[in-house]
Amino acid sequence: MATVTMTMAKALNEGLRRAMEKNSKVLIMGEDVGKLGGVFRITDGLQKDFGPDRVVDAPLAESAIVGTAVGLAIRGYRTVCEMQFDGFVYPAFDQIVSQVAKLRKRSEGAYTMGLVIRLPFQGGIGAIEHHSESPEALFAHTGGLKVMACSTPNDAYWMIQQAIESDDPVIFCEPKSRYWEKGEVDLDAAPAGLFDAAVRRPGTDITVAGYGSTMKTILRAAETAAGEGVSLEVIDLRGLSPVDTAALVDSVTKTGRLIVVQEAPVHASIGASIVADVTHRCFYSMRAPGLVVGGYHIPYPPTRIEEDYRPTVDRILDAVDRVMEFD
Amino acid sequence: MVDEELVQLLTPEGQRVEHPDYTSTLSNEKIFSMYRDMVIIRRLCNESTSLQRQGQLALWAPIQGQEAAQIGAGRALQPMDFTFPTYREHGIAWSRGVPPANMLRLFRAVSNGGWDPYTYRHSVPAIVLGNQVLNAVGYAMGIQRDGAEEAAMTFFGDGASSQGDVLEGFVWAASFNAPVVFFCQNNQWGISTPMSTQSKVPLYRRARGFGFPGIRVDGNDLLAVYEVARTALENARAGGGPTLIEAYTYRMGAHTTSDDPTRYRVEAEVEVWKHRDPIERVKALLVREAKTTQAEFDAIDAEAEEFALQLRADVLAMGRPDPITMFDNVYAEGHPLIEEGRREMVELGISGGAH
Repeated sequence: MATVTMTMAKALNEGLRRAMEKNSKVLIMGEDVGKLGGVFRITDGLQKDFGPDRVVDAPLAESAIVGTAVGLAIRGYRTVCEMQFDGFVYPAFDQIVSQVAKLRKRSEGAYTMGLVIRLPFQGGIGAIEHHSESPEALFAHTGGLKVMACSTPNDAYWMIQQAIESDDPVIFCEPKSRYWEKGEVDLDAAPAGLFDAAVRRPGTDITVAGYGSTMKTILRAAETAAGEGVSLEVIDLRGLSPVDTAALVDSVTKTGRLIVVQEAPVHASIGASIVADVTHRCFYSMRAPGLVVGGYHIPYPPTRIEEDYRPTVDRILDAVDRVMEFD
Repeated sequence: MVDEELVQLLTPEGQRVEHPDYTSTLSNEKIFSMYRDMVIIRRLCNESTSLQRQGQLALWAPIQGQEAAQIGAGRALQPMDFTFPTYREHGIAWSRGVPPANMLRLFRAVSNGGWDPYTYRHSVPAIVLGNQVLNAVGYAMGIQRDGAEEAAMTFFGDGASSQGDVLEGFVWAASFNAPVVFFCQNNQWGISTPMSTQSKVPLYRRARGFGFPGIRVDGNDLLAVYEVARTALENARAGGGPTLIEAYTYRMGAHTTSDDPTRYRVEAEVEVWKHRDPIERVKALLVREAKTTQAEFDAIDAEAEEFALQLRADVLAMGRPDPITMFDNVYAEGHPLIEEGRREMVELGISGGAH
């Protein structure tokens, strides 16, 4: 088994490279993705190797990046669109919701919207406004789209390839604060399906699910909780639409308790939806109501105070206490 | 009549006029067959309005007055070209071979589209106006990558010309020299909003600022529209890049069957445009030059009547879809929530299940 250690950024780069080598119809399009290699260098070196027709430096217009990728999909191309930051996806929101999500239905199955929209999301990098947001629920709420988030280099490497191969449009959320963390990447076999949840740490008392940036915080909270005698089962959701409900039900049936951790505001969110759904499915197994630890119902704050907005180990442990108090 | 830069090859009276850049290449036989197209499409439009008034269609978007713009452009296309329409492109759809009953599936509210876009190389209609322009530019970028001698053509109106997507499409087509023709039907009204609110300069002049040619053509002149569209398409296929065509025309009817134009425009304006009717001027030309007889015109009218009867029968035969079909074609590779929805619908007895 060939495993190598690399950062998530490099893993994405290698995954994109492999997808482009496998299929000549795969294109990359985004702002500054060519010579610069993207502001996060995810596409570093790809234009040099695959040429400017396949790695397309786009004019500054997100709606056009997605809108032209739609036309390219109709022509049989698979375009990986890079949104430079989460907060810049909204100009493309109309194309994503009105065309990407709906054209397969409108064409009664004739069109395949094989395109990926990469979205560096969540905060934690001390940026200025519009560079730290978590808009995943907006897309997960839209029928016709699929949404996922990676949290490890190995997942990043495989999930980007699986997303490109998917015949459905995928909103590909990347936790930008973790681009430079290293991890083992298995170059031979994918760890799981694109939307399968993964148990990152087995436990018995509370199921704690998260995605993207929050996985690291959750695992640290699980360490601390273990020292205090509470065993957390940590689940990386990976799929946000579809959600791997079966994996959650399996876990909560065992633990009887559920916490979802996210950076996004809680109201009408992925976590809120999961808590409602799992409560319905596991009602008689549950020993406490589910909780969501997430952002507040505000625009993302100035980042000097972002660590009081993003879920911390302390806030997760506070939720652990509140859930355990029902016993 | 409006602008000295307007390309016109046939006056409202049906007299040929010369233009330094464009000469009609259409034979009298082809003009007659395009006349037939225009008559049938106008009849389709009238029948559809009646069907809506009788409660058989949810809505109809008429094109009376725009027949020459659409048949002229539609017939200039080659089979392998690909078109990206709005919901008001019945003449283009007809030119692409879309069966008329399929055009009405959207308005009968039994489908969100109506036809297989690959069969007719005519995309399903965009209702969020402007979106289709970017989709067409992207398709054209695909043509470039395939090295094919094909063109994409997209349709929008004076109203949508204010949409960001249209202007972004101009930027991209220019930057990438995409083989796309932007066909704007300036019918003077975006529902109740006059052209003067959308633009302070003639629309075709916008193209120059984006770096490609813009041409204003008399949109009620079949001969001129055909030549301008044909030339722009040939230029695109040959690698010459995009062109903006502004077909200067008029929406004789309402925006849709839900609209009441008497609230915002004066009848005198409509009267002026009645004298520029796109069908009458071709008829005058055919009478004078091709010696087309009244019997031949009558035969077309009779064909149009039969066509309308068939269309009506086809529309009335479109029943309510099985509700379970709402779950079809949302995803290519499935989604558990789709399965859940289907299951619930069957359990509640709303549907017998998937077909």
